Amino acid sequence: MAEGYSSIPNTPLLKDELDIVIPTIRNLDFLEMWRPFFQPYHLIIVQDGDPSKTIKVPEGFDYELYNRNDINRILGPKASCISFKDSACRCFGYMISKKKYIYTIDDDCFVAKDPSGKQINALEQHIKNLLTPSTPFFFNTLYDPFRDGADFVRGYPFSLREGVTTAVSHGLWLNIPDYDAPTQLVKPHERNTSVLFTRYVDAVLTVPKGTLFPMCGMNLAFNRELIGPAMYFGLMGDGQPIGRYDDMWAGWCTKVICDHLGLGVKTGLPYIWHSKASNPFANLKKEYNGIFWQEELIPFFQSAVLSKDCTTVQKCYIELSKQVREKLGKIDPYFNKLADAMVTWIEAWDELNPSGAAAEKPNGPAK
Amino acid sequence: MSLNIEDNEVDIVIAALRSDLTAFMEKWRPFFSRFHLIIIKDPDVEEDLQIPPGFDHQVFTKSDMAQILGATSINFTGHSCRYFGYLVSHKKYIISIDDDCLPARDNAGTLVDAVAQHIVNLKTPATPFFFNTLYDPFCKGADFVRGYPFSLRNGVECVLSCGLWLNIADYDAPTQVVKPNDRNVRYVDAVMTVPVRALMPVSGINFGFNRELLGPALLPGLRLAGEGKERWETMEDIWCGLCTKVVCDHLGLGVKSGLPYVWRGDGVDVRGAMDSLKREWEGVKLMEEIVPFFQSVRLPSTAVTAEDCVIEMAAMVKEQLGPLNPVFASAADAMVEWVKLWKAVGSQGA
Repeated sequence: MAEGYSSIPNTPLLKDELDIVIPTIRNLDFLEMWRPFFQPYHLIIVQDGDPSKTIKVPEGFDYELYNRNDINRILGPKASCISFKDSACRCFGYMISKKKYIYTIDDDCFVAKDPSGKQINALEQHIKNLLTPSTPFFFNTLYDPFRDGADFVRGYPFSLREGVTTAVSHGLWLNIPDYDAPTQLVKPHERNTSVLFTRYVDAVLTVPKGTLFPMCGMNLAFNRELIGPAMYFGLMGDGQPIGRYDDMWAGWCTKVICDHLGLGVKTGLPYIWHSKASNPFANLKKEYNGIFWQEELIPFFQSAVLSKDCTTVQKCYIELSKQVREKLGKIDPYFNKLADAMVTWIEAWDELNPSGAAAEKPNGPAK
Repeated sequence: MSLNIEDNEVDIVIAALRSDLTAFMEKWRPFFSRFHLIIIKDPDVEEDLQIPPGFDHQVFTKSDMAQILGATSINFTGHSCRYFGYLVSHKKYIISIDDDCLPARDNAGTLVDAVAQHIVNLKTPATPFFFNTLYDPFCKGADFVRGYPFSLRNGVECVLSCGLWLNIADYDAPTQVVKPNDRNVRYVDAVMTVPVRALMPVSGINFGFNRELLGPALLPGLRLAGEGKERWETMEDIWCGLCTKVVCDHLGLGVKSGLPYVWRGDGVDVRGAMDSLKREWEGVKLMEEIVPFFQSVRLPSTAVTAEDCVIEMAAMVKEQLGPLNPVFASAADAMVEWVKLWKAVGSQGA
């Protein structure tokens, strides 16, 4: 039943268990529109770019803000793993948070409306997604069986109906779709909604085990306790040969690790309204290497196997970094730097998060 | 994109489990009337079929089937009678819809042309090797998202299009008993490729396929000992779908799921569903063996056609599942027999 987006929660708010991480280089005006939904939560603002600039946070929000000076001060030499002049710096927010869940959103993303015209509480939907199981081992043709009005279809084995814990909830975008630069150049006017039709797809689904996908960081939530250390957004931006692949990199690593540990990844609802189309020529320069490198990266991740001793996210991630060095180093020296940064990231994570450092997943690696 | 659908490319195969098809065919007339229909009368149905005028159609009855097939160990009664239709068709595409389904309405209130949507699904590429988060990139207004490798953007041929159902969803008997009043009212406006190596329950209620490429991979294999006429008393389509997906994954062909929707049924007979529990529990238990088996199937590189794949799988079924339950041994035999029939009857005029 499409009860959908009631603002009276059957869904818990989780206001003391969830941080909202927002990278910004411009301003936080967008928060005004989100106020009804975000105000109960603690915000972690990661200020990219010039640290001497003051970013004004709208009144009434509870927040902590970190600029580059703060990042350097807190991490010392390990700050080298955090990107500069790229929204990849947001992962510092994941590391510094003490909460169980993270929601991250870009500062050009606004509240969308569903087809009935009602405002979408994206955070509530992400929470629903994270608090209900995923079903990665067998595809349910009616999508998320845990949504109201849906269920497992005939033929779905009963032993798989409990599902697994959901680690990641990947949301989508109306209006400006998340296209790469070449596609933006060819289709500058395409919108993921229009007067004539709406591409609002009323579904949440589990990405099957063994399947990779392009994870967009614009509207993303995850269980930090379960998968946080895998959400490293790589070395991008200033001084790096690549940009706009931060979330992609994190997504591929995260999915491989989730598959290994038997955790679930969902995609679909909620939608946000993406308002700003970045400059496709600037994007092309940033993505250029990525477009070629991803042809090698995808087969690498598709064939990545983690050993049985990798029972924690950190162990998985370190092992992955070794494979990156070994197999991708020959594509470009960048990948050796990235492998180093992956290790630095885990060291920094464990330093900042000592008690949760080696949290074993209760049931060990996946079947 | 506008796709040309040639009338002579498509057969619509209907299994008549009821004798009076008038209401069914009248409702589907706008979408069926340009195509040839193959109507298979369930051998267990006694009365003559009532078919309204104005359709280009051919009916096959029990005696027609006996004449064409000769003696065969495959039981073509109930829902399995439609496989006979796949055998005798000569067309490239087959659309198959249960006779208790009517056209659905989309979110704008427009009647859905399920036939056209299946054909669009089959004529546009599938993308099984990497998941596109905006679903079908070939649909109007969508595309591949950032991060989708360019080398994978051509996609592969889609050979199976699995549609869905509004109103009475395709649930098993236990779910029907527990939720008799649940209706599927959610119209999800998407088609997506089912990724390679991801298995799924393919429902026989509403689908289309490329007969030329898939050929005998759409097969009547598993028949429950207590199989009945209700969908929730069968597993034949579930078995068939698993075989088909394994074949597709091996041959690098695509499977899509999602649109089109059909409107299914009037109500759930709870007493009937409870009675079915006695019959269907067998199927429910068997799925526990069936799914791990299909997940583990690896076909040899020498299997290059759907036919080769089916023969290989039949041998594996016999060897690995046969000892667990006689129903599996029969399924293996049926798969081999089906390929024989396909060679004798099915490939004529193809």
